[in-house]
Amino acid sequence: MLWHLEIRPANDQDDRQGRRLAGEASELGLPGPWSIEAGRGFLMEGDLDANDVRRAAEAVLADPVAESFVIEPVDRSNREAVSIVHVLPKPGVTDPEAESARSILTEMGFHVDQVRSIRTYRLKGPLEALPRLIRRVLANEAVEQAVVGALPFDRLGLGHPYRFQLVTVPIRAMDDEALLATSRQGQLSLNRDEMRAIQDHFRGLGRDPTDCELETIAQTWSEHCSHKTLKGRIELQAGDQHRVYENLLKETIFAATKELEKSGAIDWLVSVFHDNAGVIRFDDEHDVCFKVETHNHPSAIDPYGGSNTGLGGVIRDVLGTGLGAKPIANTDVFCVADPDMSPEDFPPGVIHPRRLLKGVVAGVRDYGNRMGIPTVNGALVIDPGYLANPLVYCGTVGVLPRGMSVKQVLPEDRIVAIGGRTGRDGIHGATFSSVELTSESEEVSGGAVQIGDAIVEKRVLDVIIRARDAGLFHAITDCGAGGFSSAVGEMGAELGAEVELTQAPLKYEGLSYTEIWISEAQERMVLAVPPDRLDALVKLCCEEGVEATDLGRFVPTGRLTLRYHDQVVGDLSMDFLHEGRPKVTRRALHQPVPFQEVSTASAGDLAADLLAILSTRDVASKEWIVREYDHEVQARTVIKPLVGVGEDGPSDAAVVLPVRGSTRGLAIACGINPRYGALDPYAMAACVIDEAIRNAVAVGADPARIALLDNFCWGNPERPETLGHLVRAAEACRDLSLAFRTPFISGKDSLYNEYVHEGKTRAIPGTLLISAIGIVPDVRRCVTMDLKGPGNFLVLVGVTRAELGGSLWAQVRGAAGGRVPRVEPADALTTFQRVHQAILRGWVRSCHDLSEGGLAVALAEMALAGDLGAVVELTKVPSDAEAKEHDVHLLFSESPSRFLLEVRPEYWPALAESLGTIQAAIVGEVVGGDPPRLTILSCTGSPLIDLSVSVLKSTWQRPF
Amino acid sequence: MAQPRALVLRAPGTNCDEETAHAWEKAGAAVEVLHVHRLLESPGYLASFQVLTIPGGFSYGDDLGAGRILAARLGALADVLRDFHERGGLTLGICNGFQVLVKAGLLPGRAIKATITHNDSGHYETRWVRLATHSGVGPFVVDDEPIELPSAHGEGKFLTASERDLTTLEAAGQVVFRYIDDQGRPTETFPANPNGSPRGVAGLCDPTGRILGLMPHPERFIDPLQHPQWTRRPSANEGDGLRLFRNAVAALR
Repeated sequence: MLWHLEIRPANDQDDRQGRRLAGEASELGLPGPWSIEAGRGFLMEGDLDANDVRRAAEAVLADPVAESFVIEPVDRSNREAVSIVHVLPKPGVTDPEAESARSILTEMGFHVDQVRSIRTYRLKGPLEALPRLIRRVLANEAVEQAVVGALPFDRLGLGHPYRFQLVTVPIRAMDDEALLATSRQGQLSLNRDEMRAIQDHFRGLGRDPTDCELETIAQTWSEHCSHKTLKGRIELQAGDQHRVYENLLKETIFAATKELEKSGAIDWLVSVFHDNAGVIRFDDEHDVCFKVETHNHPSAIDPYGGSNTGLGGVIRDVLGTGLGAKPIANTDVFCVADPDMSPEDFPPGVIHPRRLLKGVVAGVRDYGNRMGIPTVNGALVIDPGYLANPLVYCGTVGVLPRGMSVKQVLPEDRIVAIGGRTGRDGIHGATFSSVELTSESEEVSGGAVQIGDAIVEKRVLDVIIRARDAGLFHAITDCGAGGFSSAVGEMGAELGAEVELTQAPLKYEGLSYTEIWISEAQERMVLAVPPDRLDALVKLCCEEGVEATDLGRFVPTGRLTLRYHDQVVGDLSMDFLHEGRPKVTRRALHQPVPFQEVSTASAGDLAADLLAILSTRDVASKEWIVREYDHEVQARTVIKPLVGVGEDGPSDAAVVLPVRGSTRGLAIACGINPRYGALDPYAMAACVIDEAIRNAVAVGADPARIALLDNFCWGNPERPETLGHLVRAAEACRDLSLAFRTPFISGKDSLYNEYVHEGKTRAIPGTLLISAIGIVPDVRRCVTMDLKGPGNFLVLVGVTRAELGGSLWAQVRGAAGGRVPRVEPADALTTFQRVHQAILRGWVRSCHDLSEGGLAVALAEMALAGDLGAVVELTKVPSDAEAKEHDVHLLFSESPSRFLLEVRPEYWPALAESLGTIQAAIVGEVVGGDPPRLTILSCTGSPLIDLSVSVLKSTWQRPF
Repeated sequence: MAQPRALVLRAPGTNCDEETAHAWEKAGAAVEVLHVHRLLESPGYLASFQVLTIPGGFSYGDDLGAGRILAARLGALADVLRDFHERGGLTLGICNGFQVLVKAGLLPGRAIKATITHNDSGHYETRWVRLATHSGVGPFVVDDEPIELPSAHGEGKFLTASERDLTTLEAAGQVVFRYIDDQGRPTETFPANPNGSPRGVAGLCDPTGRILGLMPHPERFIDPLQHPQWTRRPSANEGDGLRLFRNAVAALR
């Protein structure tokens, strides 16, 4: 019998959900108004009568005070009004609530076989517009099904037995056209040369590959897993210079790190560029690691599920680093189109940026909060280029005991999978993320979207840390893109592996051996377990409620052998799998954008410009996001993302305490700015590296102990201009890393961020995210950016140049051209060092970096965070001659490597002396006042800006 | 007297066990963190402790409403929990632990039907709050000084089936913590009250005062460096949250 338990807010309770959805519909400009009553509930199947369902509802499913419920049998003959919509997860989509309900009800003695969660909406409104309401507001059809009226089924059957049949793909006999068709139809994302190489390999073997072998190769060779572009040969034409890279990453970013290490400039790297995350030494007993990943394509289709599993995935990267690190902080950066844009004129298949942003925030919130990892740092970037291709970056920092950073698989180690079960979810994620989105992507790739179950991963975390400390495994990695195929393939690359796919625990029946092998079901890890410790591991897993399954063993055969019911379904040479991919050669072209003077003639009311910049979503308060994240769980966060007298000012970076009981801290910061990239990718990369370091230094990190991550997100690299743009950014990473003696320790690229509709392509602006972790020697010396006391000096450190190219001022004024901010590495490094010394010595009451919006925005933010005023004279700003020509440069230029310090007058002489050759000057003073005001005087002494701090704040806090 | 023994009970999805154990240690207790499944296997083990703590997190994902599943599982321990309480044991539920205690019917007692439900804002909210404290019932709070603590939850609104029940609890001195505004007055208004709890209820105890639950996190304010404004203030010796743990330990010594 199938029952529908519908749960609604009790009569005296507010229907928040219904109101919120009706509000969203009107926000999105849908025909309306709608009145929506929202209910949640469960479909329950089993040997149950109405009384059983009632008892279950009262005992555990419905709230006895805040909710009421109704119980109805589900019957195909039900006649329900067309004004009722049910939304439920598509079959096979992870449904944690239903699984929890089934589990506890079974334990309580109810005869329940299957449960599915369901939401029910009763609607009043223009019913002819109902399909749009469903698609845009009520359901996400990538993962959910919506039913109008009565439910059209009376059982929850899921899956049916799988009948084994070995499938081979006759590629030996194929011509090029057939090879390409095979690749395309199978969503393999392999090109002609790659298909030919596979064909040659199997011709040599005298047989055709199985489907499973072909899939394994496709996963391993995907752009996502092998980074074939950036590790491939690139022929760059830049201006009239020609240069060839045999392996771009190795010759730029890795090379810089290796050189820094070799020269003895740094001696604190532990493991860089080969594990799931980069690892550095933290103190005598601990290392820390950091990784940032993207989950762009899945988030474009299902924002909530995409960011949810994006964060879940990068947390697993850290869990799978060394012998397992404990995650202690998360980061997230979102690049989207303007959330305030009109809901009209949308490309098909694209989600409105407002809904998208809310979805990705909710996804990060629900995974991070449930995992109990504080989300402490992030950024938001708005650009129309992200409309169809939003970027979703998620990062995780971990801590692990020293000596645990090395893993080694030994022959005869068992291959043990732990965590979630395998289902059909996420098939083809790796190959899917290596192609462009199209307006049909939602349909063809829905299977590549997954829903996470954070509590399963939390259990896995609990097990891994305990098993690590008990020495129960030799190596560990996560199941990410490509599922078991990538995890086992990578772990066994040096040895060989034998896998019995029948062993894998499945969510439901009916998966083929290939689906088991490549499924990207979430929350799974693979361990290499010595046979004599297998029992101990299984026992530990059992205690924590984690499923552990022996899938096979690592063997020194050099082969990856897959069996299903003892029959070989795949047998690949590890050498061919990992080394057999034909090297990719791509052409790159870089033409510098001709310099064009920015017109300052349009500069009028600079106070109005400041307010306009403060209200851009890039700069405006992200409090609405930050507060949805538990940024304090684990009780380590000592510099929070929100600081100041109202606990709502924008901190430059977060600082956490990785080791309880120690005051040694870790600063976490980032830099990103695609606007500069449009004019000069090299300058952009230099600036965002400078920004990430600057942010870390501003709170108290030691610039000699900062490590960086790169995340390149670009469009289709097969277009030479796109790749040339990226190559220039990579070259800047090498140069700045060397100049700052700041190593990159890990990175990731995501290419093909393009969207094709009716033959027209939209690419994202080339976007480089730099993330930084930096050691804070003693967090008691940390400073925040909020003004602290009237009478203190405001000291501007660093030179202001006429650099408005790509600035927010140019954007809000619609002014084209301008010089892109350029980093002077030697001066910048000295500046970082001297500012750090000043902070260490306690001379600095507050410190803020100057970035988007320049001096004016930095001043406004410091004032509104401290609820204090300031009087500043632009004539005192250290600047070059060109910048002095117009106040607009002094106010809004985004020259890098600058800090604004609040200093007690008695410390100024010592600070001035310590800064030495670095240009710095007292530009003004902190003032009280009721109400406090920010006053900025022009070079001629007239007040350019004179605004009350409350106006600055309310503008900056523009509601989302 | 011997060092009191505190049990920190964790379940799948509990995520504040480590800092809660740290807080008890700092306050002078000997701490053990135990998985609830171990306690379900050996319920008698609870008898070796003087304090039971259910820390924050998302026990079993809060999949059926905050704290609901762990509360249901604790049903199997009803007898040992009653014994524990009757022989003077102290029980502290923080955030998810508070939700569990209410949903298990251990709070507020007096056969009053109550729940903790979604914040009025409809979403999860992390922010520091100021709390008025009410001493008199039970050992956890010994003065009426206001304190500051961080709160972080999506379901923190305390509801009783009737207004009268809440009045009864107030009259009995069971409302130990209330959200207060700038003026120090109990408030139902966001953001000083992050969830819209009627009459500002942030935490309460049973009639004996030996079972206490609260939404904000005392274990996250043990050290002054954990305060969001420590860079603005003269340095303090310890965080407000530590007092609660110290008071409990003092009462048991």
